[in-house]
Amino acid sequence: MNHKLTDGGHVMHVGTLARVEGEGAMHIEMRDGRVTDVQLRIYEPPRFYEGFLRGRAWTEPPDITARICGICPVAYQMSACWAIEDACGVSVPEAIRQLRRLLYCGEWIESHALHVYLLHAPDFLGYDGAIELAADHPAVVETGLRLKKAGNQLMTVVGGRSIHPINVRVGGFHRMPRVSELRALRPVLEQALEDALATVRLVSGFDFPDMEQPYEYVALRPEVGYPIEEGRVVTSGSHDFEVRDFPAHIDEFQVPHSHALHARLDGGARGPYVVGPLARYTLNHDRLGDLARNAASEAGLGPVCRNPFRSIIVRAVELVEAVAEALRIIDGWSDGSAPSVAVPPRAGEGYGASEAPRGILFHRYVLDEDGTILDAQIVPPTSQNQAGIEADLKALVETWTDLDDHALQHRCEHAIRNYDPCISCATHFLDLTVGRS
Amino acid sequence: MARPKLAVWKFASCDGCQLTLLNCEDELIPLAGQVEIAYFPEATRAVVEGPYDLSLVEGSITTPSDLERIQDIRAASRRLITIGACATSGGIQALRNFADVEEFRSVVYAHPEYVETLDRSTPIAAHVAVDYELRGCPVDRHQLLEVLAAELQGRPPRISRHSVCVECKRRGNVCVTVAHGTPCLGPVTQAGCGALCPAFDRGCYGCFGPQDTPNATSLITRLRAHGMDEGQVLRVFRTFNAASEVFLRAGEQAQEQAQAGRDAQEVDR
Repeated sequence: MNHKLTDGGHVMHVGTLARVEGEGAMHIEMRDGRVTDVQLRIYEPPRFYEGFLRGRAWTEPPDITARICGICPVAYQMSACWAIEDACGVSVPEAIRQLRRLLYCGEWIESHALHVYLLHAPDFLGYDGAIELAADHPAVVETGLRLKKAGNQLMTVVGGRSIHPINVRVGGFHRMPRVSELRALRPVLEQALEDALATVRLVSGFDFPDMEQPYEYVALRPEVGYPIEEGRVVTSGSHDFEVRDFPAHIDEFQVPHSHALHARLDGGARGPYVVGPLARYTLNHDRLGDLARNAASEAGLGPVCRNPFRSIIVRAVELVEAVAEALRIIDGWSDGSAPSVAVPPRAGEGYGASEAPRGILFHRYVLDEDGTILDAQIVPPTSQNQAGIEADLKALVETWTDLDDHALQHRCEHAIRNYDPCISCATHFLDLTVGRS
Repeated sequence: MARPKLAVWKFASCDGCQLTLLNCEDELIPLAGQVEIAYFPEATRAVVEGPYDLSLVEGSITTPSDLERIQDIRAASRRLITIGACATSGGIQALRNFADVEEFRSVVYAHPEYVETLDRSTPIAAHVAVDYELRGCPVDRHQLLEVLAAELQGRPPRISRHSVCVECKRRGNVCVTVAHGTPCLGPVTQAGCGALCPAFDRGCYGCFGPQDTPNATSLITRLRAHGMDEGQVLRVFRTFNAASEVFLRAGEQAQEQAQAGRDAQEVDR
């Protein structure tokens, strides 16, 4: 919806953003070619997780917080486990770490395939959605669905099911998968690897608007490998800190137009910061496996990517990385490890972070001596990206003044989807209105 | 003949149940040939005006505007089916029903006045007539497809209301309670998941809500005998289907027992 204001201003408003997870809207006001207001309105109703986690037992956050998001439940489960284990002073053995990474690879494959093919590609190819896209390009959509299914199959074998897996517990898993069960996934994952490489080739051929954004990137960086399930926090501003120092660097604040808290890094002095695929890739390009790094290079990506529209290529590269990692872990798996370690409760505070498909997901819990949760804090990636998304919209509207309202609105929606916003996660998020004179 | 028009609506929820529809990777494109996907913002920008032949509703009612929106959706829908624990029982956000929502709002938000919310999370059927309720947190993909097929064929869906125990027997699971003393909600919980948790060596935690003939009183005795304290019994019923009638009463019963236990200790002193 577009309308003129009585004072000569102009408003562009999209009441229900499509192809995002959850409910949001966009509102932009313009006067004399300048954007005077940009609001990514998150009206998804709040569900108060941090409120009702108080009084629950230390063993419960993996099952409970999974329900924050049906698309990235494993991210919630993993960040919750790390945080509770940190509070209780327990570290888990290597086999459990590897299985966490494997389950997480399944979620990255499922979530990235969903976003690349069903939510984002239709913007580049000029369709309303994947169903419409499938009518003209069935093979493209079939490849996407096959990849997505591979991720879901991996999650089902390791986690029991792909949405709200049941096999995760504080301290590890309820049951270890057997070598035979994991090896049976090999043909599916081999096909997925081919499909992921084809995805990089497909999306690198799309047309990308020229846009470079200066944001500070924030991502995890583990001791070895590409960041998925754990790591220290690093930034493109050369900051490097422990997960437990996250609250000292990142604070959340509330704005009237959003049910999702906004976040800023070091008081916001260096402008918006951004988490997610672009940040992960730019800060960890050296950590990609050979297959993914070569695919990135063939797709024309350097070691740094600052064009939000190219995030679709980075997601495709991460699909390659996730499938290759899954195959590596499966090939190295052996039977006989204990599924979990005991995590006896104690009074204290614990911190956990992992790389959800959309970026860093931070959890913090305070426990009393019998394990009762006294305080819980959850900082999801989409909350952290709201300021960056709004800044992108402002830059975009002021740059593409020649576009008509219809084309501009579509490009703004596209720009929002660059971040694969998960509004269900962020609410604790999204409505588009543009105004101009 | 025109294809029936399908709409997918969302209220307070995690998106997982509508994602279940997108997770029907092999069936999604054939399904789009059978029905006209008329409103499904998570999948497409295209919007076809109502009325709709079938509406799938995910999520629970938690805001003043939800109250109006669900009435409009019902009025525009020939058939309305609710999917998932949020839509059928109020979901995990119904934990607010047992607490002071003002306190929750102030715990999460520095400016609670910006956030409009109701003090209770309620299922869709508490507000409008619902033609069928499909349970689960999340719903099962096969059951969702069965419900859609039944709608297209104009017959009732074949969805069992018996307990998870029956599924365990069918699957050949060893009973985690009998064999390992693991507390399990399977006896009072509706089947549909395929007895997933027991197959992974854990007790059922009730995400499909109560089965049709549950005996929660008897199960509470069992749960206690297997080492759960009153608080654990209360919490296990008060999760994803906390506000469904049977689990609500079971929770209250656990609370009464906890109080009786405290009273007895008081007398002893």
